[in-house]
Amino acid sequence: MVDTQTHGEERKQVPVLRVEGMSKHFLATRALDNARLEVLGGEVHALTGENGAGKSTLMKILGGALTPDTGTIWLEGKKVQFKGTLDARRWGIVLVHQELSLVPQISVAENIFLGNLPRRSFARVDRRKMIQDANQVLRRLECDFDASTLVKSLPLGKRQMVEIARAFSVSPKVAIFDEPTASLSEQDKEILFRAIRDLRRRSVGIIYISHRLEEVFEIADRISVLRDGAYRGTLLASDTDEAEVTRMMIGRNVEHACATAGHAGGEPVLEVIGLSAPGKFRDVSFTVRAGEIVGMYGLVGAGRTEVAEAIFGLRRTTDGEIRLRGKRLHRISPKEAVAAGIALVPESRKEQGLVLNMSCRANVTLPLLDAVSTCGMLDFGREQVVFDRYAQALAIKTTGSTLKVMYLSGGNQQKIVIAKWLATDPKLLILDEPTRGIDVGSKAAIHILVRDLADRGYAILLISSEMSEVLGVSDRVLAMYSGQIVADFDARDLTEHKLVSAVLGDKVDESRLPTLPMSQAIHGK
Amino acid sequence: MTALVLPAGRTLLRQPIWMFAAAAALIFVGIAPHFVSIGNAQNVLLQSSTIGFLSLGLTIVMINGNIDLSVGWVAALAASLAVGLQSFGVLPAVIAGIAAGVLIGLLNGLIVWKSGIDSFIVTLGTMAAVRGVVFLYTREQSFAAMNLGYSAFGSSFIGPLPTLGLLFLVSASMLEFVLLKTVHGRDAYAVGGGRQASMDAGLKVGWHMTINFVLSGFFAAIGGIALSTQLGASTPDMGSDLVLWTITAIVVGGTDWRGGQGSLVGTVGGVFAIAILRNGLALMHVPSFYVLVILGAVLIAALVWERKLGTI
Amino acid sequence: MDGQQSIGTVTSSAERPSVSMVYQAMLRQGLIIAFLIFMGVLSALSPHFLTVGNLLSVLRQASVLGCVALGVTVVVIGGNLDLSVGSLLSFTTVVAVTMENSFGPFGAIIATLIVALICGSITGFLVGFVKLNSLIVTLAMLSAIQGVVFIYTSGNNVDVANPGSTWFSFIGRGFIGDLDFPIIIFALVAISVEVLLYLTGFGRRVFATGGNAVATTYAGINPSLVVFATYLVSALTTGVAGLIMASRVMGAQNDAGQGYELEALAGIILGGTSLLGGSGSASRTVIGVLIVGFIRNGLILIGLPYYSQWLVEGVVIVLAAWLDLAAGRGKVFSDIT
Repeated sequence: MVDTQTHGEERKQVPVLRVEGMSKHFLATRALDNARLEVLGGEVHALTGENGAGKSTLMKILGGALTPDTGTIWLEGKKVQFKGTLDARRWGIVLVHQELSLVPQISVAENIFLGNLPRRSFARVDRRKMIQDANQVLRRLECDFDASTLVKSLPLGKRQMVEIARAFSVSPKVAIFDEPTASLSEQDKEILFRAIRDLRRRSVGIIYISHRLEEVFEIADRISVLRDGAYRGTLLASDTDEAEVTRMMIGRNVEHACATAGHAGGEPVLEVIGLSAPGKFRDVSFTVRAGEIVGMYGLVGAGRTEVAEAIFGLRRTTDGEIRLRGKRLHRISPKEAVAAGIALVPESRKEQGLVLNMSCRANVTLPLLDAVSTCGMLDFGREQVVFDRYAQALAIKTTGSTLKVMYLSGGNQQKIVIAKWLATDPKLLILDEPTRGIDVGSKAAIHILVRDLADRGYAILLISSEMSEVLGVSDRVLAMYSGQIVADFDARDLTEHKLVSAVLGDKVDESRLPTLPMSQAIHGK
Repeated sequence: MTALVLPAGRTLLRQPIWMFAAAAALIFVGIAPHFVSIGNAQNVLLQSSTIGFLSLGLTIVMINGNIDLSVGWVAALAASLAVGLQSFGVLPAVIAGIAAGVLIGLLNGLIVWKSGIDSFIVTLGTMAAVRGVVFLYTREQSFAAMNLGYSAFGSSFIGPLPTLGLLFLVSASMLEFVLLKTVHGRDAYAVGGGRQASMDAGLKVGWHMTINFVLSGFFAAIGGIALSTQLGASTPDMGSDLVLWTITAIVVGGTDWRGGQGSLVGTVGGVFAIAILRNGLALMHVPSFYVLVILGAVLIAALVWERKLGTI
Repeated sequence: MDGQQSIGTVTSSAERPSVSMVYQAMLRQGLIIAFLIFMGVLSALSPHFLTVGNLLSVLRQASVLGCVALGVTVVVIGGNLDLSVGSLLSFTTVVAVTMENSFGPFGAIIATLIVALICGSITGFLVGFVKLNSLIVTLAMLSAIQGVVFIYTSGNNVDVANPGSTWFSFIGRGFIGDLDFPIIIFALVAISVEVLLYLTGFGRRVFATGGNAVATTYAGINPSLVVFATYLVSALTTGVAGLIMASRVMGAQNDAGQGYELEALAGIILGGTSLLGGSGSASRTVIGVLIVGFIRNGLILIGLPYYSQWLVEGVVIVLAAWLDLAAGRGKVFSDIT
């Protein structure tokens, strides 16, 4: 594991970075609540917490992209205030984003040295030196591509490495990594960890943000936990374990939050058989029954959203079948999917789920315009009735149905998206990360709602990368890894550990794994 | 000449537009009378210079992620000043014309920078304003150049090449050098490809954009003056079609209007391709009306082609 | 950046406090206040300005541009541009006259609208289904259609053959009560477009497509169809504008519509519609077109030549756009480094 001992003794020093009393709110949500953090030079300090705990917000503040409402930052003992991302960089804090900030049309080298191109006489770029230096950094990160390659020709994982290389090209005092392994292969992850350890040797203070505890325990010296924007504590990685950290993260032991007796489910509403889309997923088969919640758990890139898109008609498949209530769906468009009774609450509500500039009411009725019009003319009365019904059912807090949806809080926005799809009266409801970036109160409300919908007979497919959500709400859980379904669990007998093992591709308790190919396992009973 | 400036590996042939230009030339060799002659080739080079100059500056602005709709009328303004003020001497008049172009470019750049308004709207505004200024200054009259040397310049030669054509090629080479080799040039690509990322990395985005608009204004002025030396005059409606042809040449040449991508080699290819097209059609006595339709069709075809290639 | 370059900077809306909403409303009124001041100054400078006759004259003159701009507004709300309307206007005007000569007024009306729709469907197909960039495609159509007009007229201007024996002139010159018929047509088109945008399902789809094409697809709507239809609308209104123009002049120059595409955009921008798409209205465009009209009219009444309007327009466009942005983000200057 981590040799914290040597490091801990050598450095009883002024922390390279200290944060106290940091608070930040966005409209109705409190993203950070008096948070604190302390990072030593030459340490890998993990910052962990569930989605919406405040990790990203804190990171953005440290990186200079946001200003906090209150709070102080000390860098090497000196109080600092950042006037922007460039300022933070100059102070020596370097950020490796989740959302890449690369310019795809130019070369890797030019991206690494963006804003800082090495010069020659007459304002010329010293191209040779630039590529040389860039290649040096790339070799250190064991990347196999040349620095003169254009970024747009690189796949996502390699682009992530370029983003990381940017951080390594300057000599930072603090390096912050925000979910860096999200799009990395296992190999790349190892390379990254080696590079991080290298940084640590150079006394850089490293903040590693992740909610994947396995990784955290692999790389970190200390672990700090945020929950609901507040600081919960710091532990030495060698003194604790996943269970304790998880408890700090979610405030309770991992148990199934809903005590409803496992639903055997009604008749099959959705049957997916041997579905494949090259490059995204392969031979996917499962069934969702009426009244049943099937959770789909997996890492980013496992292919879950792609499967949902395929069911909804947004993605072509090369193989396999989709059946809705026994009827085969063949190459449908989203319009036909909606008409057939499939609803998809997409992953990114701002980009895929809402038209921010339109009113709440208009957003809710968008898929049902024909139903609320007569001969093409809108019937505002009918529209209002639809909106009121679902606003009430979902307890959406809004000052008026004509308020533009962009002014709502994240939780309420998500409820609008859900309301929109419920209004289409679907048979199958697919929810893709429905509680991402939402405060805990609304999260719980949505979970109760989903459970309630299942009780009323909807068939629900819930895609989530949040363990507690998947375990707490589902009747059955599918584990997806690298485009394939690797396990199909009954939620009652499922533990976190089993699920994580399945999803990371490790060996699982043999008795739990079906021995037949998926399609037979489902239909052959 | 351009080969001296290009980095190793990037040859003319890599740009599809040059193949298109070559193909068009070959076709015309077959069907257009008098196409194949030194005189005609010189003619083509000469005729391409006006749009050529305009497209040099506009290409850089586009690579930078912006657009400059005012180039056509800036050219007209520069031409009107360069001809109209000749009573003060040819050189002062020409300098006045160029200065006008530079100033308007500066204005464009500063407004786009400080206001944050998209360059489409800003240059739509300055285009309208400059058009007004041109008409106000010329009072809808055409001006004839007083100085005979001025109009002679337009048809002069240096060796086998028309002076204006040579100037165009030299300018193109110099600008290509700037784009490929200098910090400013590389930063122009970066800003065009990712403005927010560039700002975060500390690039002086507004400064770069302003310089590029000044370049665009400068070359628009040169282009206008070049045209007026060929005509020996300036006409009030000079500016109306120019921007359309310029954009066509640039798009056909492969530059992505969204920014971050493109090259002057491609643009020059586009300029030649269009000049060859117009020249060949004119030699075939195709009425100019059809040329407009063909122009539109070519532009659309270029877009579809680039979409298929995946560059869009 | 992302695929489509954004027009106007987009500020983060997550942090926008409601103070700015009030501020923005005030500044929007500020434009109207400035405009009223402008009107006031002009009426002081020229006694003819505020007469009923003059006001009606402005309205009548604005009717052609207004119809064109209303159609383009729909395209813009859908997230695109339409620069082809200039030559389309030339085309429809010319067709109106020639068809009038051959088939009489009804034939003229039907033929003009059909021709307009054909052009509109080509453009709409290229932008909506082939998904080419609308700026460049409509620029290309602007050129191509003008060429077609020249070919069709063999370069000549056309005239109505027997102006006395037809009621065609009523469209452009007739009166209903005291109002010129073109003004009535303009009003009807404005009302129709506003109804289309705000009272129909189609209108919703246009706003949604312009606001967020991805989310619209996810909602089961086909954005390509919507975009295609918006170009049909702009073609139709331009056809109507052509009829008015042809009937008014009882003839047509083959470049009659030149410049209208930019004037229409000016009117749309001045009215406060965002070129980004997803918002806007017919009433805004009417106001913008009237502003353009009053500027022209006012300047002429003071004795300035007609081309000075372009200078004023250019300045006003930039100022109006700046004001709008500044109001939205709460800061005069942008964040660009």
